[in-house]
Amino acid sequence: MGQIEWAMWANEQALASGVILLSGGIVAVAGQFKGWQFGAYAIAAGALITLLEYPRSKRKKGSTIERCGQKHMTAVVKVFGPLTRNYYVRAFLHAGLAVPGGFILATVLGTVCLGIAAIIYFVAAVCGEEWRPIEVREEPKLKVSETIKRPPENPPPRPPPEARRKQADEGHANPTVVQDEV
Amino acid sequence: MSYWILSETTTFLTMVIWLGLNTYIFTSTIIWYENADSYYYTRVILGSSLAWARASAMCLNFNCMLILIPVSRNFVSLLRGSMCCSGNMRRLLDKNITFHRLIGYMIALHSAIHIGAHVINLERYHKSQLLDAGGLYNALSYIGNKPNESFLNPIRRYDTNITKETIVTLAGITGFIITLSLVLIITSSTETIKRSFYEVFWYTHNLSIVFFIGLVIHGAGQIVRGQTTQSLLHHNLSYCKDHYNEWGETEQCPFPQFSGNKPMAWKWVICPLVLYACERLIRFWRSKQEVIVTKVVTHPSGVLEIQMKKHGFTMEPGQYIFLQCPSVSQLEWHPFTLTSAAEEPFFSVHVRAVGDWTQSLITECVANRNIHQNLWQLPRLAVDGPYGSATTNVFNFKVSVCIAAGIGVTPFASVLKSIWYNSCDPNRAMKLEKVYFYWLCRDTHSFEWFADLLQSLEEQLAEQGKLNFLSYHLFLTGWDDIQVAHIAVHYDSELDVITGLRQKTNYGRPNWHKEFRCVADKHPSDSIGVFYCGPKSLSNILNNMCRLYSSSDPRGVHFHYSKESF
Repeated sequence: MGQIEWAMWANEQALASGVILLSGGIVAVAGQFKGWQFGAYAIAAGALITLLEYPRSKRKKGSTIERCGQKHMTAVVKVFGPLTRNYYVRAFLHAGLAVPGGFILATVLGTVCLGIAAIIYFVAAVCGEEWRPIEVREEPKLKVSETIKRPPENPPPRPPPEARRKQADEGHANPTVVQDEV
Repeated sequence: MSYWILSETTTFLTMVIWLGLNTYIFTSTIIWYENADSYYYTRVILGSSLAWARASAMCLNFNCMLILIPVSRNFVSLLRGSMCCSGNMRRLLDKNITFHRLIGYMIALHSAIHIGAHVINLERYHKSQLLDAGGLYNALSYIGNKPNESFLNPIRRYDTNITKETIVTLAGITGFIITLSLVLIITSSTETIKRSFYEVFWYTHNLSIVFFIGLVIHGAGQIVRGQTTQSLLHHNLSYCKDHYNEWGETEQCPFPQFSGNKPMAWKWVICPLVLYACERLIRFWRSKQEVIVTKVVTHPSGVLEIQMKKHGFTMEPGQYIFLQCPSVSQLEWHPFTLTSAAEEPFFSVHVRAVGDWTQSLITECVANRNIHQNLWQLPRLAVDGPYGSATTNVFNFKVSVCIAAGIGVTPFASVLKSIWYNSCDPNRAMKLEKVYFYWLCRDTHSFEWFADLLQSLEEQLAEQGKLNFLSYHLFLTGWDDIQVAHIAVHYDSELDVITGLRQKTNYGRPNWHKEFRCVADKHPSDSIGVFYCGPKSLSNILNNMCRLYSSSDPRGVHFHYSKESF
């Protein structure tokens, strides 16, 4: 079971639960159900979870397909640092957010789905996974060594090293004139 | 252009029929429940959300009937094998997984509507128990308080929490469980999870058993209640609905009797469930059949080639099988493309150590060898299949262009091998004369075994003197600095540095305009089959290329594009 990254599934499940909680909350508030305040809470919690879970984490191994428009949210989620990187925090956050939804019928499904997402995140945290932002690796700038400025003193065609060493003793002048035109 | 329309119409037609049926069922149920007299009193309390709940329920029945059919693999293969199945029908059957997914999304949509409507229903039932809810509401809701009297409103009093009330009912608890398993199934079968963590997808999909059992029981809760027929006979609806305080006193207005309608989900779902049960039986029976592992070859970079024999196993190039290794896991079946040709005495698959299961399978196969050098007992394997679309129409063209990208190269191993067997079989006159093979991959580490296959094929063709029969082009799209230096040094060496093949590796992505133009120029008046297997993005480019370079006059060159969905 080592290679399974549980966080990937937990992320999908948490995102779905966020949407279910959100829509349950909307139905409860729109219909002015008894206890619709829980519905209003569910809308807020659902929206928060959907935003938090939308950007996918970079996988330990293998390439990750980003969700469209994920870059901006990745930047926001990255800002919170360890709070969003550590999956224990996420597991308890989701578990905590799930509880109030259970008081009215419209959001009970969202609550249980979120509870399961929290469990899977807990499993992911136990396996030592963490959330890493997907950044576009900017290519390292090609470093140009400054020797490129000075042309070689002794450009080919040139005699083999021994002959050259013999000529060096007699102080032989370079046949082609070298001027620095950079 | 005509070719594209022809091959797409069957898919398009099936979609239109399916959506049409869905809309017809939805609207007809809504209209019926909005106008039925027996549900007049129910509508008084619930309004139109009753109709919406029942309409989505009917559509759910319809789609739950359909969803199992595309994944009954043996049934689909049976259909594909039968004579009445024309080319287009076969291509339709190849898209069975896409249909399965579309039906899945439709089920999710209708479940959302169904749950939303029933949540509103229960809330309205609850409100009508209020004292000041209004005469008719109270009159209807109080029916059932007296002993042995049928009731309309399942919520019997106001001061109760409807969540607890719903969860207690049979319809409530089963509804909840099947929706939960539906959500878990859908979230665990996204493309990334299915491809990289197949076990998660596989085990969660077994929740569908819970889904179907729950679905069949769900209707027995009989939460939605309507007026019984004989009560409608005595109870003069048009008069009594406005004189509810005379109910029970006057002769023409007895108390209305209510009853839930009989569950009917099982009527819709029973046949596909039986079909699927037979499917699983066939798979189980097949897994018991003897499979002899004749040879295990370890290729470089963690690829294991397993050659097997099985009684009565016939295959076609491009098909895939499901493998199960009981010593690794009793439950899991994993799909693998067949990499051997139909003419070979065995069938083989190449297993790359990518996930948990493949890793333990390879250690299982290799580990035993080291301990007992002579007695190399291999693990017992079970094989189910072969499934999938065959690319036999590679041979129906004079010229074939095979394009493989990344993992898409595995099916072409068996295609190339069977091309090779056909070419050197003298008595089988083969229409195919020229094969262009394009292989794009990011790195060749995981496909060395394919390079070796090309190498052996090249040598055999050289011996036969038919070297120009197969011209292949390898495009390496990923390289690092060390490789660049290595390539630069060996630039002018006779064999290619990466694969040791005679025809050199090109670097970067191919320029498809140039490639198609040079193929078109070489074969001005042939119909050329283009076969692609790999990521979808390239598929659209190739589709346009084929349309672009097919000439308008009928005698000219025509590119027939077909995407193999492996």
